[in-house]
Amino acid sequence: MGANPTSAFPNGIGASSLRKEDQRFLTGAGNYTDDINFPGQSYAYFLRSPHAHAKIKSIKTQAASAAPGVVAIFTGADLAEAKVGGLPCGWLITDMSGQPMKEPPHPPLAQGKVHHVGDQVAVVIAESYLQAKDAAELIEVDYDVLASVTDVATATQPGQPAVHDMAPNNVCYVWGHGDKAAVDKAFSAAAHVTTLEIRNNRLIPNAIEPRAAVAQYSRSEDAYTLYVANQNPHVERLLMTAFVLGLPEHKVRVIAPDVGGGFGSKIFLYAEETVITWAAKRVNRTIKWTAERFESFMSDAHGRDHATKAELALDKDGHFLAMRVKTAANLGAYLSTFASSVPTILYATLLAGQYTTPAIYAEVTGVFTNTVPVDAYRGAGRPEATFVVERLVSKAAMELGIAQDEIRRRNFIKTFPYATPVGLTYDVGNYEATLAAATKIADVAGFPARREEAKRRGKLRGIGYSCYIEACGLAPSNIAGALGARAGLFEAGEIRVHPTGSVTVFTGSHSHGQGHETTFAQVVAERLGIPFENVDVVHGDTGRIPFGMGTYGSRSLAVGGSAIMKALDKIIAKGKKIAAHMLEAADSDIVFENGNFKVAGTDKQLAFGQVAFSAYVPHNYPLDKLEPGLNETAFYDPTNFTYPAGSHICEVEVDPETGVTKVVSYVASDDFGNIVNPMIVEGQVHGGLVQGIGQALLEQAVYDPESGQLLSGSYTDYAMPRADDVPNFKVDTQVTPCTHNPLGVKGCGEAGAIGSPPAVISAVIDALKDLGVRDMAMPATPYRVWQTIQNARA
Amino acid sequence: MYAFQYHRPGSLKEAAALLGKLGDGKALAGGQTLIATMKLRLAQPSDLVDLGAITELRGIKVEGDALMIGALTRHAEVAASAEVKKRIPALAVLAGGIGDRQVRAVGTLGGSVANNDPAADYPAGVLGLGATVITTQRKIVADDFFDGMYETALKPGELITAISFPLPKRAAYAKFPNPASRFAMIGVFVSQVANGSVRVAVTGAGGGVFRDAALEKALTANFTPEAVTSVKVSASGLSSDMHASAEYRAHLIGVMAKRAVVAALG
Repeated sequence: MGANPTSAFPNGIGASSLRKEDQRFLTGAGNYTDDINFPGQSYAYFLRSPHAHAKIKSIKTQAASAAPGVVAIFTGADLAEAKVGGLPCGWLITDMSGQPMKEPPHPPLAQGKVHHVGDQVAVVIAESYLQAKDAAELIEVDYDVLASVTDVATATQPGQPAVHDMAPNNVCYVWGHGDKAAVDKAFSAAAHVTTLEIRNNRLIPNAIEPRAAVAQYSRSEDAYTLYVANQNPHVERLLMTAFVLGLPEHKVRVIAPDVGGGFGSKIFLYAEETVITWAAKRVNRTIKWTAERFESFMSDAHGRDHATKAELALDKDGHFLAMRVKTAANLGAYLSTFASSVPTILYATLLAGQYTTPAIYAEVTGVFTNTVPVDAYRGAGRPEATFVVERLVSKAAMELGIAQDEIRRRNFIKTFPYATPVGLTYDVGNYEATLAAATKIADVAGFPARREEAKRRGKLRGIGYSCYIEACGLAPSNIAGALGARAGLFEAGEIRVHPTGSVTVFTGSHSHGQGHETTFAQVVAERLGIPFENVDVVHGDTGRIPFGMGTYGSRSLAVGGSAIMKALDKIIAKGKKIAAHMLEAADSDIVFENGNFKVAGTDKQLAFGQVAFSAYVPHNYPLDKLEPGLNETAFYDPTNFTYPAGSHICEVEVDPETGVTKVVSYVASDDFGNIVNPMIVEGQVHGGLVQGIGQALLEQAVYDPESGQLLSGSYTDYAMPRADDVPNFKVDTQVTPCTHNPLGVKGCGEAGAIGSPPAVISAVIDALKDLGVRDMAMPATPYRVWQTIQNARA
Repeated sequence: MYAFQYHRPGSLKEAAALLGKLGDGKALAGGQTLIATMKLRLAQPSDLVDLGAITELRGIKVEGDALMIGALTRHAEVAASAEVKKRIPALAVLAGGIGDRQVRAVGTLGGSVANNDPAADYPAGVLGLGATVITTQRKIVADDFFDGMYETALKPGELITAISFPLPKRAAYAKFPNPASRFAMIGVFVSQVANGSVRVAVTGAGGGVFRDAALEKALTANFTPEAVTSVKVSASGLSSDMHASAEYRAHLIGVMAKRAVVAALG
């Protein structure tokens, strides 16, 4: 790949360096959790509830315990007796009435009741996985099946079964955000009101690597090691030790080795790894568990699942006056790790979008149902907010007869910093730049001709816009804390310079497909002026890395990269002192350029490696005032979120005979601030777009309303996007550097999934507008599109 | 997957004898359904009799006015066969659209037809061409072979050895894939023989492959897309699920039949 002309280094900032990690991934040398084996290990299989909601009258394990190879069987009663706690929720939401949200217990193995299909009832540990699975079939569970509720839109209505006794109407919280009085006033005076009813479809994450864990206990050290497919090993350890198992944190090492995709679903502390860590000491054996795909469907936290009524008030010229949003958000059967924050803090704060809407009010009801817990999934609240905002804007433009780009331009925020009415302050942005670039690349001017040409082929062609914004780089810890976060949200980085000048970076961020080993190495190589090959990045091991918060919410480079930059500053500052001594100059006369410490204005200089060597072989060294060694750690807590934003333009063709929608063109112009590796960024955008198009056209988790069974519980019925479901994407970046972090970066991991669903859906509606279609639910499957056409014609 | 005994006989005679004496044995042809079902613990055969070593079951040849295709012939072989492409191109297209590359490399004609999945492609081709299923015991015409969801006229221990496809004047297969599984949500095979009579076989729509008499009548009278449009396909008896209602399936039968006719007319 090409070097960046603006950098002095071939693999510095701005270069599309090939990914270091791909050598092992593409040659089968990756080391995923399921690849890790120990002599004498045993295997766990979890017996799961076949019912959505049932009382457990009894569990008989005698026959199963006698089955070949069985080491032990544990149920909820065993965990209760051992005083194992429930899985905690990491974000406290306070109800409109000032009451804390309802937090029903979340035992790692069910106690008394099961609350969703797939809920863990017992664990069998055996000499082989198949023996554990065979024995589980011999466990006799006597269930008293109860009525269940799965639909978020109706779960809070009177007469519905209560998932938890402590939440009789299935309400976890009713949370309000924004100035309701100002919004109501603006609506009463509005020239036009656009109204939408939206179901944001429930999604199942489907990382290519299923969740997996290997738990070990060492009697000699009285310590545990847990290998787990996870995005944030320190968070996993803290939650598990302090809140569930009551273990000393320093006696547990959590290693998240190579991880095959997470998309949020591997942020959370799950029952399975908790149970096998506890059981590893009880049975004094290493225990391995790897989910089968059917278990992933019924136990990985799902995403989205909102029912929303949204209204936009406008004046006669299409200026936005106010927005009112009422959302019921499905939380599932239990509160997963960050479940409560996703449809509140990460959702309602984004409802301003790119626009100057002066008054916004959102009311969110968190709803318990007999479904798999719902939590953060790529975008986490922001795709839901973007869908509300951009669909409202597109529909308003249609109703008022204003062009889609024009109504957006009329309402763009143009001066920064800009304080929204929903609590965020955007530091910088240039929304016109991405819209103009996308418009040009998409050849919007040529669209009418393309529409006509499609019509001659019997296809209906439509165009859709989405101008999204997201808040990434979570977050200033103090602000998050004031909003209910029960954790800090900084990141940590350590730079360990070796005596010969090569560098190992220890980061609290975690890579599960993002390419940090490459990107972070580029940052270090550029800053220290050393070869990219001389930098290695270590992540994912609490035994090696400083305490950090891991990777989610597009935060790694913005927050983790900033911590690395701060540590590099310390390295350079110390190096200058060492160099000043060696060059017999004043500290203040030393400059660091292109990997050399120089006495300013002279030709006296030392290479970075010479200074590093001196730090570890301190013969000619200021030992009276400086410690030897060159090893620095920094913690970085952001002062604000970052605000990636962009404009996406999608064109689709609908076959009106069959209802099939084909995405024929997709343009994304994004502003991620400065870019370290354009190739990796492009890959992140592509992946996000595919997931967003998947949500818009294909994916939906479906529960049977009567039985509460997950009907879309395998790839036979859950439609994942495939390569031929998407076009060749045209992606572009515009740059307004973030003003408050040292790299000027904003984050790019979620943008594609956030921006694309409304662009696709608006394009489908545009294609069908001459038939009278004004709305389209997700996913716009052929069946749904055909039905919508039939209804419009009727 | 539960434990089972594995056998790999070298001849058809040996295979039939094994299946005759094994209580709960299953023949393994390509295994593209059976193995997956066993892995999900939805099937628990005591024995698997792998037919893969029986070379006499593989191959494609012309016999008079028919194409004779061995039961163990892979989908990929049918799709790539010059003989099939020349004599019944619609059958090559059908085989080339089954599953994915991996499935086509392993899955077999006989396995698919014996399994009679209600959304499989081959049953539509067999019924739509009026083929004859040749077994270790007899010859069964397609109209007598398929017997509803996963059911066929095969008796215990009876194995398909080949299928004889009469050469049509023209034929085509149009498939509307399920967006998730990409099995046929609707697949319509249309063929016309020299005397003008037409067969229309539909898969994916209900409990098993079936012929549509109204479409056949209209197309026998007038083999044009307009003839299809004149027929209102009934939704009665068709499947309804999360992917499609019976009404949508009925509509798609009409659309796919029309597209098959257009393709057949080339």
